[in-house]
Amino acid sequence: MFEGVPLTWFLILSTIMFFVGIYGFLIRKNLITILMSIELILNSVCINFVAFNKILYPDHMEGMFFTVFIIAVAAAEASVAIAIIINIYRRIVNIDVEKMNEMKY
Amino acid sequence: MFDFSYTIWIVLIPLIVFIVVGFWGNKFKPLVSGIVGTSGLFVSWILSIFTAYEYFFVVGKTDEVYQQITGYNTLWLQLTDKLHIDLGVLLDPISVMMLIVVTTVSFMVHLYSVGYMKDEKGFERFFSLLSLFTFAMLGLVVATNIFQMYIFWELVGVSSYLLIGFYYTKDTAVAASKKAFIVTRFADLGFLIGILLLSYFTGTFDFITLTSPTGPAIATPPAVTFLGLSVLTWSMVLIFMGGAGKSAMFPLHIWLPDAMEGPTPVSALIHAATMVVAGVYLVARLFPIYVTVPLALHVVAWVGAFTSLFAAVIACTQYDIKRVLAYSTMSQIGYMMLALGVSGMGGHEGLGYMASMFHLFTHAFFKALLFLCAGAIIHAVHSNYMYEMGGLRKYLPITHFTFLAACLAIAGIPPFAGFFSKDEILVAAFRHNTALFIMEYIVAGLTAFYMFRLYYVIFWGEDRTYHHTPHEAPKVMTIPLIFLALGSIFTGFIPFSHLVTSDRQVLEIETEWIVAIPSIIIALVGIGVATVMYRKQTELPKRFAQALKGFYRAAYRKFYIDEVYLFITRRIIFNHISKPIAWFDRHIVDGSMNGISFVTNQASGRIKGLQSGQLQQYALVFVSGAIILALVFIYLWT
Repeated sequence: MFEGVPLTWFLILSTIMFFVGIYGFLIRKNLITILMSIELILNSVCINFVAFNKILYPDHMEGMFFTVFIIAVAAAEASVAIAIIINIYRRIVNIDVEKMNEMKY
Repeated sequence: MFDFSYTIWIVLIPLIVFIVVGFWGNKFKPLVSGIVGTSGLFVSWILSIFTAYEYFFVVGKTDEVYQQITGYNTLWLQLTDKLHIDLGVLLDPISVMMLIVVTTVSFMVHLYSVGYMKDEKGFERFFSLLSLFTFAMLGLVVATNIFQMYIFWELVGVSSYLLIGFYYTKDTAVAASKKAFIVTRFADLGFLIGILLLSYFTGTFDFITLTSPTGPAIATPPAVTFLGLSVLTWSMVLIFMGGAGKSAMFPLHIWLPDAMEGPTPVSALIHAATMVVAGVYLVARLFPIYVTVPLALHVVAWVGAFTSLFAAVIACTQYDIKRVLAYSTMSQIGYMMLALGVSGMGGHEGLGYMASMFHLFTHAFFKALLFLCAGAIIHAVHSNYMYEMGGLRKYLPITHFTFLAACLAIAGIPPFAGFFSKDEILVAAFRHNTALFIMEYIVAGLTAFYMFRLYYVIFWGEDRTYHHTPHEAPKVMTIPLIFLALGSIFTGFIPFSHLVTSDRQVLEIETEWIVAIPSIIIALVGIGVATVMYRKQTELPKRFAQALKGFYRAAYRKFYIDEVYLFITRRIIFNHISKPIAWFDRHIVDGSMNGISFVTNQASGRIKGLQSGQLQQYALVFVSGAIILALVFIYLWT
């Protein structure tokens, strides 16, 4: 399906996704969007793993496995994060990240 | 060889009594504490008498010489193979004699206190502390080594402090106890340095080794010198400083008159008969070494002689009955020191040593008696001031006769005990140094004068207005008085020169009438003058005082020694030493500490803003850092 697509293209795609995720993480104030940005970052990494594995070492499967692990961990992380967000919402009726500064000095 | 190991119990019984009464005394009626304390001391007393009998008359002598016997010894602290500190019981003539003195006086004082302290608050505390003191004093006299002596030396200091401050709600008593403790502690600093010097250069603490003629201190004295004096002289003078502090020698005497704030039985036991002679005992204990350093011995003699004269003059002007007795004690201890100072070693040269110990022994009886009588008088009239007393001979017949016996003994009228011992001291001084002899001769007259001044003012003259008719003390108080009065009369006949001498051999002495007769005469003159001036109330003392105006005032104010001390401490030490040190402490030491904390505080105040609690701010910093690092790795890393 991707025969003939150079590695660089994949890398450009994943880099764009990564920085979009970083940008979202730094700029958006809503915790849910921040969580989504984190997912973007993780997925960009997944693309890297898969692309490197497929193109550079077609005989090995470690990159694929890692990607599967990352998807599993991301799912677990998302569930925990959403649980935390729900608790925060119950507490202060808000999910704006700037309001969450009780732990400063 | 006779087994003397039981002697440890003489020392231990008072300790056990102290612990028992101290911990559980308040569980029972107060009288129980008194009975336990007194009966414990009674056992110690009987054991001491038995020990003395066995030592002096049965087993102590081998080849005409009294042996030094270590009755009991245990290793307490092993420092190195050679240097170790033992605790034990050393028996030789002076320690056995001191055992008798301490247990006798202590037992009498215990018995007396049962009556005197009756219904006082803290009765059990009083008895437990008396036992503690007795334990400490006995441990001191039987010490086998100088370090054990130092330990118990401090312990008697502490118990003296506790007993002077017995009425701890009274400000003067608290001040007096602190003064006593600080002054003696200051003197003990010299003692400690002396001990360290002596043991460093001889390598031993043990008294038998130190004082043996073939020992390291005498046979091979260390050749080190400091400021032109041998190190042995230094250590002996410093050790004497400790002795002078405890024995209230000039100029470390200022605590003793104030120590009279304590209960009177305490004054009798600690500040008249036992603890204050510890200094004399210390010098006697190390006497073989003192003989080899004449300079130290001269210091002992002159300090003793000066103190005896100085204290006798002050005693003539004081009104507080206990203070008169306190100055009299200083004066008599000065006598003992002088006698040691003019003594030599062995044979007739050693007369002073024997006289000093003899006087220590007799003095313990009559001075304890005087204090106990004073206690009975104070008990009867509720005042310390002699001019609030008068005509008491009708009311207190037993106290009157025992007081008179003690006065005659201290004045040196034969056949009372003081005559014999004082006479020997005068003979020793006479043979050694005329100036010292004349000083002591004057002191003998002054002693007779101030004692009879006290006697006449208290017991003769007119009645004063009393709160209630003075009454004789109860039997439990008068029995010790009578016993000690018998001691004051008869102890002079003990053939002391056969028992306690510098070389522990028999010394044959005869009364030297050329010294004895003038000393009796001057004592009688002193008594006569006192009779004329104080037998009836006259204007004579006042006129006398006016004639000697400046001198009288100076003597009445104790020659301003307290003021000099205050001047030195307040004006010089506080202003020029303590204050700069306090300034240094407050500004430099505290300042640097405060400075460090101030700088830390300020710095953290500045940077704490970085921890804003804004998640995205942290993330931004983190990402920027990561990017910068990545750029560095890519473009600058070669």
